[in-house]
Amino acid sequence: MQRISIDPLTRLEGHGKIEIFLDEAGDVANAYLQVPELRGFERFCVGRPVEEMPTLTNRICGVCPEAHHMAAAKAADAVYGLIPPPAGRKLRELLYSAFFVADHTTHFFILGGPDFIMGPDTPVAERNILGVIRKVGLEIGGKVIQARKYGHTTVEIIGGRKVHPCTAVPGGMTKALSEAERREIEKMGRWAVEFGQFALQVFHDLVLGNKDYLDLILGDAYTHKTYYMGLVDAYNKVNFYDGRVRVVGPDGSHHCTYSPRDYTDWIAERVEPWSYLKFPYLKKVGWKGFVDGADSGVYMATPLSRLNVSEGMATPLAQAEYDKFVATLGKPAHSRLAIHWARLIELLYAAERWVELATDPDITSQDVRALPTQAPTEGVGIVEAPRGTLTHHYRTDERGLLTMVNLVVGTTNNNAAMGMSIKKAAQSFIRAGTVVTEGLLNRIEMAYRAYDPCLGCATHSLPGKIPLEISIRDAGGEVIEVVRG
Amino acid sequence: MSKPKFAMYWAASCGGCEIAVLNIDEKVLDLDANFDVAFWPAAMDAKYKDVEAMADESILVTLFNGSIRTDENEHLARLLRKKSKILVAFGSCANEGCIPGLANLSPREQIFERVYDENAATPSTENPVGVRPQTVSQVPEGTLTLPPLQAVVRTLDQVVEVDYHVPGCPPESHQIAAILDVLIKVVKGEAELPPKGAVLGAGNSTVCDECARKRDVKVIDKLSRIQELPPLATDLCLLEQGLLCAGPATRSGCNSRCPNVGAPCIGCYGAAPGVLDQGARLMAAIASVVDEKEPDAIDRVLDGLPDPAGSFYRFSLAHSLLRANRDALAEQE
Repeated sequence: MQRISIDPLTRLEGHGKIEIFLDEAGDVANAYLQVPELRGFERFCVGRPVEEMPTLTNRICGVCPEAHHMAAAKAADAVYGLIPPPAGRKLRELLYSAFFVADHTTHFFILGGPDFIMGPDTPVAERNILGVIRKVGLEIGGKVIQARKYGHTTVEIIGGRKVHPCTAVPGGMTKALSEAERREIEKMGRWAVEFGQFALQVFHDLVLGNKDYLDLILGDAYTHKTYYMGLVDAYNKVNFYDGRVRVVGPDGSHHCTYSPRDYTDWIAERVEPWSYLKFPYLKKVGWKGFVDGADSGVYMATPLSRLNVSEGMATPLAQAEYDKFVATLGKPAHSRLAIHWARLIELLYAAERWVELATDPDITSQDVRALPTQAPTEGVGIVEAPRGTLTHHYRTDERGLLTMVNLVVGTTNNNAAMGMSIKKAAQSFIRAGTVVTEGLLNRIEMAYRAYDPCLGCATHSLPGKIPLEISIRDAGGEVIEVVRG
Repeated sequence: MSKPKFAMYWAASCGGCEIAVLNIDEKVLDLDANFDVAFWPAAMDAKYKDVEAMADESILVTLFNGSIRTDENEHLARLLRKKSKILVAFGSCANEGCIPGLANLSPREQIFERVYDENAATPSTENPVGVRPQTVSQVPEGTLTLPPLQAVVRTLDQVVEVDYHVPGCPPESHQIAAILDVLIKVVKGEAELPPKGAVLGAGNSTVCDECARKRDVKVIDKLSRIQELPPLATDLCLLEQGLLCAGPATRSGCNSRCPNVGAPCIGCYGAAPGVLDQGARLMAAIASVVDEKEPDAIDRVLDGLPDPAGSFYRFSLAHSLLRANRDALAEQE
């Protein structure tokens, strides 16, 4: 059998790998997304004091350490039965909202967005942030840098550091916010709200206003009908920091809404011999292989799935955009490329939430940390990472030393779904006798890029060049053609 | 004249070092103006094959972050050593193993058991027939491969010769910018390279020396954990308030970021100058401030320190005198 190897995927940390097998006719028989990496946090965190988990698990990912920092702090709260005081809880969510603005900005303007703003077949040299700036003006480049900088600066003021924040601990935070800091954060947040509206306007003008792109978004090559997962608040609105996990089926029907501590009733993880990364699925539906539909437990956890499971956004500007989104795509929306639009709606929500929290009367209270009154036992903490639902589950002994650690990480949720999207895009674009062009490879890449996979810390990529190398092999394994981006 | 070549590579790492480099903001343009960025998977698209095709020592400087955990990591470390004039161990993982180096406390087999085996494993794993990831596996369409995991985490200088060290988890962006300025001057002939083996982008004292918190008493009678302590004074030494802080044994250079916001130093800048083993130095520092003479009283103080290996060697285990679990180390060697 012929095969096409895509290795390495540089936006997957150089450690991701796609294998596409062709059948005798030259059509795509199957595709595998492999993750050849394992660091073993679930093992070596055992024995450590639970209060260290927010800083230890930061080191899982330097792109979204904020997500691990928050999930770990919440799980540690739960281990001690602690509820942080209002200011402690709100400071965490404020830090997290600012982080979402920075992270979603990076993805749309530097990573995923250039495919749309420039077009998937634009020459490689143009299909990047520099091309974007040339097309839409230097002013936008400055705004993108500013949005990232303001987000990271707010993380640093509250969390102490731009990368790997250190202030969230069991029961709350180690540091209160001063009035001067609050004012600075509010100012940056107000700017971010304008930026969020601006980013959506760019999307409307350049993507939705272009029929070719709209056809691509709505087309079959990027569509899968799976279950969707996301965190919602008490009113079923999207929430990144807190709430219950809601799952809906491919037809939008309610599958479950679970509290963090019940996650093992609903989620299970499968091991495959060809990847170090496990494959989560919905336990009550069951694993039926890499297939979509209501009978398959495969689900997706992304900005799009969060919009699909919720009844809207908790802030007014984002809600108005959510209404347009549903009117255009229906609900649930199945196109994987619609994740980009959903991400920008979330960006605007995060910016609005940033201002809400920065102007909250509680936010400068000095009471930021609660003390335990009960012995530590077990706890689960769940937040939405930019790339999906993130679950930390700890058990400890009576001294608060960890005896069990389980982590179901944002991108891991999408492990099966990403592989399926790659296969479907490959099947749609590679047919017997197809000349494999760079633009064609890019369309396959767009299938996984929409998920913003953090395995590869996608935000690292300065753009543009396609990070793929595809070797086409004959049945004997000999390379007959190498196509490079 | 062509610009000198620059490379950056990540082995077993989290990506935070790359973000720290990108966080130098507009300075990235100086990098681009003065160097030909020849290989940087995070930022651009040259492949391993392109590196293999380069002449030996044709890259002026490579920043290598991440530790050595798989055969692929080791291969790249050796390749980049050969192709680079200057190889820099960049960030805590490359220098001392960092937090993932704590994996060296257990043999590799225990990591596999915990992650994949249903009975020993995490509660969401469903694996009744005991599937494990394999370096070679058969699927209906053919063969798939994964790189083998090595027995222990190793630092870059345990695998190849290293020219300079940049500590930190991650290195501070203002320090990275300063290193870049020096490098550009060297390229222009306006400055000399520092002596080989130097630690760059860090201070020459300890985190305590740059911490603004006041130290009054020189002794403590109790160590506590953060959740046992009421709100802490914002201007007093955290260690004196009973919280274990790695400041006395840790190299300066971060402007005492964590203590500034009420969190103890966790030691990410590695051993202070002249210190061979950061964990041993921290133990000695703690022992010297414990104001108890009787064994029982000392034990009570140490009750506040339930995880000595993790607390003293949080970042530096893989490069310490201990290095790793004895069985794991034997397997590696």
